[in-house]
Amino acid sequence: MKTTARTTVLNLTEEEFIHPGNRACSGCGLSILYRVGVKALGRDCIFVVPPSCLTVMQGLYPIAATQMPVLNGTFASTAAIATGVKAAMRRLGRETQVVAWAGDGGTSDIGIQALSGALERGEDIIYICYDNEAYMNTGVQRSGTTPQGSLTTTTPFSGKSEVGKDLPAIIAAHNPAYLATCSASYPLDFHDKLLKAKQIKGLKYLHVQTPCPPGWGIEEHMTVALGRAAVETGLFDLYEIENGRMQLTGPSQQLLAKPTLRPVREYLELQTRFKALGDAQADALQAQVDRRWAGYRDRFR
Amino acid sequence: MSNPIIESGNVAAAMAVQLARAEVIAAYPITPQTPVTEKLSELIAAGKMDAEYVAVESEHSAMAVCIGAASAGVRAFTATSSNGLLYMSEQLHWAAGARLPIVMCVVNRAIGAPWSVWNDHQDAISQRDTGWIQIFAKDHQEIVDMTLKAFRLAELVHIPVMVNYDGYYLSHTYMPFEPPDAEHVDAFLPAYTYKHALTPERPESLNTVTLPDARLDVDGIKRGGYMDIRHNLHEEMGKSIEVWEEIDQEFQALFGRGGHPVIDPYRCDDADVVIVAMGSMANQFRVVVDRLRQNDGLKVGILALQMYRPFPSAIIAEALQSARHVMVYEKGLSYGNQGALYGDIKSALYPYPARPRLHNFIAGLGGRAIPTESLYQTMKTACEQDLQTPSAQADAPQWIGLQL
Repeated sequence: MKTTARTTVLNLTEEEFIHPGNRACSGCGLSILYRVGVKALGRDCIFVVPPSCLTVMQGLYPIAATQMPVLNGTFASTAAIATGVKAAMRRLGRETQVVAWAGDGGTSDIGIQALSGALERGEDIIYICYDNEAYMNTGVQRSGTTPQGSLTTTTPFSGKSEVGKDLPAIIAAHNPAYLATCSASYPLDFHDKLLKAKQIKGLKYLHVQTPCPPGWGIEEHMTVALGRAAVETGLFDLYEIENGRMQLTGPSQQLLAKPTLRPVREYLELQTRFKALGDAQADALQAQVDRRWAGYRDRFR
Repeated sequence: MSNPIIESGNVAAAMAVQLARAEVIAAYPITPQTPVTEKLSELIAAGKMDAEYVAVESEHSAMAVCIGAASAGVRAFTATSSNGLLYMSEQLHWAAGARLPIVMCVVNRAIGAPWSVWNDHQDAISQRDTGWIQIFAKDHQEIVDMTLKAFRLAELVHIPVMVNYDGYYLSHTYMPFEPPDAEHVDAFLPAYTYKHALTPERPESLNTVTLPDARLDVDGIKRGGYMDIRHNLHEEMGKSIEVWEEIDQEFQALFGRGGHPVIDPYRCDDADVVIVAMGSMANQFRVVVDRLRQNDGLKVGILALQMYRPFPSAIIAEALQSARHVMVYEKGLSYGNQGALYGDIKSALYPYPARPRLHNFIAGLGGRAIPTESLYQTMKTACEQDLQTPSAQADAPQWIGLQL
């Protein structure tokens, strides 16, 4: 079953679930996601949030930005806390969605054990990882998903030497009920994938690339352009996995029709975090994308 | 009153959790706690207990599941031992700070390195500052009764409770005890309701970032900062001693057992020398006390400490007022200093003008046997020397049963 972009700016609900005025940086990709994502989730849900930019965005006690209940928990235990909340909902006979919403550090690094456990148990929760590709809340330190060559405060001169973890692939190896990759620059695609996830029993995992102006070294008005460039250059692919079957979705699927994609340099050069990336590394990245997309064309076209 | 049965301490704990109608149980196996979780999963699988059993991948997640369930207003339980307790340490602080009424049995075991699966109290002692209430059972009946009372206490004061009992000495030995009847337990322990439970109808953000200073909320009401919130925990923990005593009275009225919920003194009234200990060792000392009185004419008593946190300083100081010497025996210590319990007792006695002389003994670490005979001999020798050792030397812990 493919996602069709049912929701448009014209029929997206006008009801807001986040109070105006929060503590996100200007141009924050997460704030786009959060605002639009909760419109898909609706009011009958409970959020579980580890330390992350989202912790700060919610507001500081005793004032909250989110109009739904939020349970803040320790960094390593997001999926396990969500498991406990969902177990309580079952005990109480409630259908309330339990939504874990964590960053890439909280998911790919410190939280991966609890998430792996929840996946193995097939917990009936939605887990959203907004991936801004470094520990942004603490001031841009490298994380497991930080791409190779990226400058962070802990890879300060020549960039990260290692390749970032392919977190969705790690999740996919657990055979979740539903897996989707999304981008903050395509919030309606995220919205509709969430609508779909809500209908599925089991663990639903959504991995969302989320541009971060201060972390990536881009102007605030470039957030959406960056996320789109990542997709259009073939560096970040939008897809779904259901019943073990992978399918490109929306904008990535449309790219299949094109003979070539935008060169990855167009994406890399927009950001100061890739300043240290040499020509050879950029070429290698291009070659990697070309190989992957040649495979996609063979499989899906 | 129900008939006594003979079972292990771990099964006694599981029966109490079943009677308490815990609804979410999350646990990770670790020796010697494992049979508690096996029994609970068996009860649930057999349809004898209506609860969710979550087989988590770690102790950290076990407590996380309990935190999630309790935050949503459902009664939660877990059990662990030793390094498992330490692995969830971060979550212990979290559960206490969030004021969640979680109950956990800790089957006390030594901490690695080096690995030891045998009993001592260092696991619980190392977690004494987490904000959890810590109680210690001395026998199987107390494991059952204290676990039930722990749920009541936790839910009344909104502070998590750790029920400690000795690995192997209690967890794996079979002893007779009376399981309370379910009907009376239901009267004693009403269903758990939580006014701040997570629910979309009344959304709250729990455990959000809290500033150093108090702050107005959207209605203009001043809400405490982090320090005020933590001060509440401290104050209400202190008050929970009285609540624990009241709960014990209610329990006694219903089940006919109890009466010594905080300290349990044995032959202490006229004692010149009072021994203080926690857990099964305190029961072991009863035999020693009887022998010292009968054979040697020594006026000795044993005071079992049942509640370690909050520390019942005033109750202990009062109980030790007439003693000339107090001998603190413990299975854990603050390395480089002295026994943790010893330090607490010394500090409890400090404000009083008539202070007994104090002596500290470390015993049974990592399961090193504590023969009753050796307890008897140490006590006899100490009493015969009239405890004349200089005070500086007496203040240093003496290790019982060293083999090198």
